[in-house]
Amino acid sequence: MTLAEMQFVIPDLRPASAELFMLAMACGILLVDLFVKDKKRTLTFVLTQLALLGAAVITFMTSTGEIAYTFSNMYVDDLLGDLLKLLTYLTVIVVLFYSRGYVLDRPQMAKGEYYTLTLFATLGMMVMISANHFLTVYLGLELLSLSLYALVALNRDSVQATEAAMKYFVLGALASGLLLYGMSMIYGATGTLEITAVAERLYQGQANKSILVFGLVFLVAGIAFKLGVVPFHMWIPDVYHGAPTAITLLIASAPKLAAFAIVMRMLVNGLVVLAADWQMMLIILSVLSMAIGNLAAIAQTNLKRMLAYSAISHMGFMLLGLVTGVIGGDARFALNAYSSSMFYVITYVLTSAGTFGMILLLARAGFESDLLDDFKGLNKRSPWFAAMMMMMMFSMAGVPFFVGFFAKFSVLQAVVAAGYLWLAIAAVIFSLIGAFYYLRVVKLMYFDQPNDPSPIHAPFDVKLLMSANGLAVALLGIFPQALMSICAVALLRSL
Amino acid sequence: MDMKSLYLLVPLAPLAGAMIAGLFCRIIPRWVAHTATIAGVAIAFFASFLIFKDVMAGNTYNGPVYQWLTSGDYRFEVGFLIDQLTVTMMLVVTSVSLMVHIYTIGYMKEDPGYNRFFSYISLFTFSMLILVMSNNFMQLFFGWEAVGLVSYLLIGFWYTRPTAIFANMKAFLVNRVGDFGFILGIGLVLAHFGTLDYAAVFAKAPSLADVTISLFADREWATVSLMSITCILLFIGAMGKSAQVPLHVWLPDSMEGPTPISALIHAATMVTAGIFMVARMSPLFELSDAALTFVIVIGSITALFMGFLGIIQNDIKRVVAYSTLSQLGYMTVALGASAYSVAIFHLMTHAFFKALLFLGAGSVIIGMHHDQDIRNMGGLRKYMPITWITSLIGSLALIGTPFFAGFYSKDSIIEAVALSTIPGAGFAYFAVLAGVFVTAFYSFRMYFLVFHGEERFGKAHDAHGHDAHEGDHDDEEVAHDHHHGLAPGQKPHETPWVVTLPLVLLAIPSVIIGFIGIEPMLFGDYFKGVIHINAEAHPAMSELAHHFHGAVAMATHALTTAPFWLALSGVALSWFFYLKRPDIPAAIKARVEPIYTLLENKYYFDKFNEVVFAGGARLLGRGLWKGGDVGLIDGIVVNGSVRLVNWLASMIRFFQSGHIYHYAFTMIIGVFVLLTLWVSRV
Repeated sequence: MTLAEMQFVIPDLRPASAELFMLAMACGILLVDLFVKDKKRTLTFVLTQLALLGAAVITFMTSTGEIAYTFSNMYVDDLLGDLLKLLTYLTVIVVLFYSRGYVLDRPQMAKGEYYTLTLFATLGMMVMISANHFLTVYLGLELLSLSLYALVALNRDSVQATEAAMKYFVLGALASGLLLYGMSMIYGATGTLEITAVAERLYQGQANKSILVFGLVFLVAGIAFKLGVVPFHMWIPDVYHGAPTAITLLIASAPKLAAFAIVMRMLVNGLVVLAADWQMMLIILSVLSMAIGNLAAIAQTNLKRMLAYSAISHMGFMLLGLVTGVIGGDARFALNAYSSSMFYVITYVLTSAGTFGMILLLARAGFESDLLDDFKGLNKRSPWFAAMMMMMMFSMAGVPFFVGFFAKFSVLQAVVAAGYLWLAIAAVIFSLIGAFYYLRVVKLMYFDQPNDPSPIHAPFDVKLLMSANGLAVALLGIFPQALMSICAVALLRSL
Repeated sequence: MDMKSLYLLVPLAPLAGAMIAGLFCRIIPRWVAHTATIAGVAIAFFASFLIFKDVMAGNTYNGPVYQWLTSGDYRFEVGFLIDQLTVTMMLVVTSVSLMVHIYTIGYMKEDPGYNRFFSYISLFTFSMLILVMSNNFMQLFFGWEAVGLVSYLLIGFWYTRPTAIFANMKAFLVNRVGDFGFILGIGLVLAHFGTLDYAAVFAKAPSLADVTISLFADREWATVSLMSITCILLFIGAMGKSAQVPLHVWLPDSMEGPTPISALIHAATMVTAGIFMVARMSPLFELSDAALTFVIVIGSITALFMGFLGIIQNDIKRVVAYSTLSQLGYMTVALGASAYSVAIFHLMTHAFFKALLFLGAGSVIIGMHHDQDIRNMGGLRKYMPITWITSLIGSLALIGTPFFAGFYSKDSIIEAVALSTIPGAGFAYFAVLAGVFVTAFYSFRMYFLVFHGEERFGKAHDAHGHDAHEGDHDDEEVAHDHHHGLAPGQKPHETPWVVTLPLVLLAIPSVIIGFIGIEPMLFGDYFKGVIHINAEAHPAMSELAHHFHGAVAMATHALTTAPFWLALSGVALSWFFYLKRPDIPAAIKARVEPIYTLLENKYYFDKFNEVVFAGGARLLGRGLWKGGDVGLIDGIVVNGSVRLVNWLASMIRFFQSGHIYHYAFTMIIGVFVLLTLWVSRV
């Protein structure tokens, strides 16, 4: 074979340029950090933020609105991916700002690894979002997960944190195993791992249904673990609780976007023919999640643990939009249903970031401020932050004219349009139960006496971001239409 | 200015005044509050006058100004119907309201709630105007409820007094009973006519005259005429608002409110809303003899028996209140006799002379330093000459002295009843005739006791002014103490000009309005096309027109008829009893103790209501509270669900053991269950 015959085609790198940039930056920062003497790692922090900003610029500039495949169709760049990636960068930027003070107070965490691991986790999410191949999904997922395992254990002197990391790692490995097994079954049935090709084979009806469904169960289990829905949710409370709050914030926010993306890629793009099956599975998981998440949250005294259960119930609620896309082979309502889910997950990330951010804001060196009692009388200590927290809680509870209400409302609309009235009623009842523990936080903040009456000091940037976050929750509640149509357009141009 | 914006101006000007005085009541000085509200009402009055002239020129209006909502085929609009009836009511409401506003400056001078009071009365004027100007049932109901609300607020104006709170609660609850009937009536109209617009309903009414509906599950025995049941239900609403037996019990107690609103709301305007409404609905009522009989019987009972109660009252405002009840009965009787225009005519004359009497009583109360007991008065004419003269005019008008306003309207009612052929008219005729004597007797009893005879004030008295049944009168926290009366040796004094001016201004129409109004309003074509009378079935009005030969002739002719002599003998008897031989009433009282006790207890209506309705409601409430709320809702639903949630939460916590193999096991079980469910299906 001569050189001329080697048909080595350089793949089109343009669709993946943001990922390449991110990889380069992460490696670069890893090296640069070796030479940083500063205990505060200000340079590393700034470079990390710049990397995220740069990736955002590149993603924005290279976004054509068209669907572009690269790396032999293993990788896809479309509007849905671009939008989710931009939101991921934004979330991570906000997360880093919120966490800055908390991290500086804890010398174990204030190291370069925190930043580089965060960037690798972000890269993992980006790969997941843009995956068009089961193995690409797996690659992204593992990159994200491994970074997160390490991040949870970053505070290695903390028994709680290392225990949480251990649990997360073992269970995560199990879930990865399930997912891989599912993928191998799909491969066995269709002969390909490329998501668009799987869809084509299924359309042609060549695949063995039993093998497919067998694989589907494992695939759904793997995804459910990542989303944290019942019964694959057990890690969530322990990890959320055990991890340092800054890491909890990271785990609880951006990865939900990536998880949503792989659901869309694998189930909606790849296995839409099996929609009737996976929709029914997700309904079971969704109802269980809403029930167990909301009920268990009531019994919690630790705010991080309470929010963990709340996350389970919210992911259950978000699934409701995904299960109503295809009804009896009719996909008329699909766009509505999926975009309501997407709206839900985006606004959940927004609210969740603000809520954990508030815990970070109240925490000091040696004091985690993660008990419900730590929020007592917050109004007396800082009326503004109490008002922001109240808006987050109202939004999570689904009180009208906060964004959480419209998110729930649009999902329920999709559920009712699909004819699942009982499901909508169940969702509303569980939301009502859930409202109790959110409103309890509001009650503690406004009607109880503070344990520690000292006023709250926060750096200016955090104050500003927190205010913007709170106001976004309120304003998106009043004007949800813009974001709603952005979601719809992104889905329309990508599916 | 085009007429439509003038129509809008009439209700909106008082509303603007009310908002200025109400929303900023804590920050604006008093003169701003009264200037703003008086300006609002004055604008409404002059605008009403312009509209009156326009209507006289033949320009009526019926149309929407704003569409509120549509629901299916139903449209709900805000609209105006401007015709002769509306414009009459608008003039009465705005002019009396204007007088009352001015009078309030003097009467409420020392009250800390000054601005709030002005806000309320302007809000009332707005609501009442919305009520009378409406062109549909929906807006009518809004105005109806809004005047009820303001009435409630004003009766309880002195909210630290337990008696006032009792009275406003009572007024509110009794009116709920009436309004329940009213809204059922409106519901029937909407259900069977498919619209709430007056014009459309009236146009469709004749075609539905013979329709019957079943009140209970389509059973044969429950079948009634649609028109009768609709009219009776609407009239039950009127019974609440216009205080007809047995829903009259709230009106005497409403005297707990400040006197200006007793004049404005509980005598001149709001209580006549029911009369106005029935007159407005004449095309419906004309189709049902049963409803008209119901109306006339209720009216005559009210007219006569409420008059009796006026005889034994000692609180000056309560005497006037019972007289109001009795006069409302007269108006209702006129409605029942299909003499709608006469009812409106009496409504108008009554508005003026009753507002005059109330404001006169208020003036006396100020002069007496808030002692309201007529037994502590006497000989006041020397000290309060303007109040004396104007009260005399008011009383003469009330008892129906020829040439005074009340004569024309009341005599026309009596004549109309005599000519009416509706069942029950015979009893009504007897009641209204006897009522003339009773009215004259109690009116002049009060007049003589207050203005003539021995000067009884300034003595130490332990019998306090108010009616005894409320008990607690000495609430010190009331900033404006209303019960101190005159100190020994102190003399009453005439009230300031802001009080006497409205008296004089109201005395003028009390004398002349009957004389100039009777011919156009009753026998001209003033109400042509507005009030509909089925002349064949109900000939009273047309026959009455045959007997009418001009206002002067009517007055001179009256000197030879029974009502005049009955009124005269009533006056004479009260003069004899209360000035000549004050010992006789006491002797009579001792002889007929049982009757006196019956009247004292107001025929036991209040007792009955308290025991049966209030007691029954409390019993039911307690049952629902103990059984429903505490047992079912708190016990099972609330606490039960709390226990269930706690139990479930503890179960979940049990499974969330912290052991990693439990977690992995749960995941495997999850996969296993899903596998079993799906693979077995394929």
